[in-house]
Amino acid sequence: MKHNLQFDFEADKVKNTLTIRREFLAGRQLVWDCYTKKELLDQWFAPKPLTTKTKSMDFREGGHWHYAMVEPNGNEYWGWTDYIKIQPIDFYTSTDAFSNAEGEINESLPRAEWVVTFTDKGENAVVETVVTYKSLEDLEATLQMGMEQGMLATLEKLDELLVKLTGRE
Amino acid sequence: MRRDIFQAIADPTRRAIIVLIAVQAMTPNAIAEHFDTTRQAVSKHLKVLTECELVQPQQQGREIYYKLQIDKMKEIDHWLEQFRKIWESRFDQLDNLLETLKKQQQ
Repeated sequence: MKHNLQFDFEADKVKNTLTIRREFLAGRQLVWDCYTKKELLDQWFAPKPLTTKTKSMDFREGGHWHYAMVEPNGNEYWGWTDYIKIQPIDFYTSTDAFSNAEGEINESLPRAEWVVTFTDKGENAVVETVVTYKSLEDLEATLQMGMEQGMLATLEKLDELLVKLTGRE
Repeated sequence: MRRDIFQAIADPTRRAIIVLIAVQAMTPNAIAEHFDTTRQAVSKHLKVLTECELVQPQQQGREIYYKLQIDKMKEIDHWLEQFRKIWESRFDQLDNLLETLKKQQQ
């Protein structure tokens, strides 16, 4: 079941960027759809045990995605993404932000620029995500938000899972 | 005041100092020679780095050498490792979704 898929995660502490490259066992169009259609994004974007809930999405240049990551206990963490440039099915660029349920952006929390590029690798697709923060402090603040959002609550379980999965290779 | 490790490395000069003394411990004078800045400015940066426990001053004879604390740098990598795991978890779910979608297409 599990294949040896490319996964690179690089942090450039000088340029304040994270580069995340991942291969998927599907064609580029299908992977593009998963990134750009709300009914599909809702099924994977928030890491377990959180779930994703889209309030509104308008995937076009100048459009936005307003969504929440929801904890099992019902706590909601709202996010807002502005879409800047879109070239299907090659790439899109966006700016992310923390917001509230009304879609008002929290200016005191960091925003980051995203460049998401889709390429072919044989029959598979590779997605490269470059996230640029204004500073390392911004990156840390984002990580801390991640902590508070309980994203890491199941890390031990995930570790076990990963050991199991890599043991299969 | 508790100094923050990310605050310490947010400054380009301090990052350059870290890179410099990663190779070998150095005196403030020797460090200052590498920068187009005053000895006082370098001392100030070293003070911040010391407060964050990123560097440690060591008396050797009449000189003080500043040494990089490797373990502290690893703390930053630890942060990043956690971020990496968030993405891993996310991609795991996308793998499952793609699998489901492909089956539906067949």
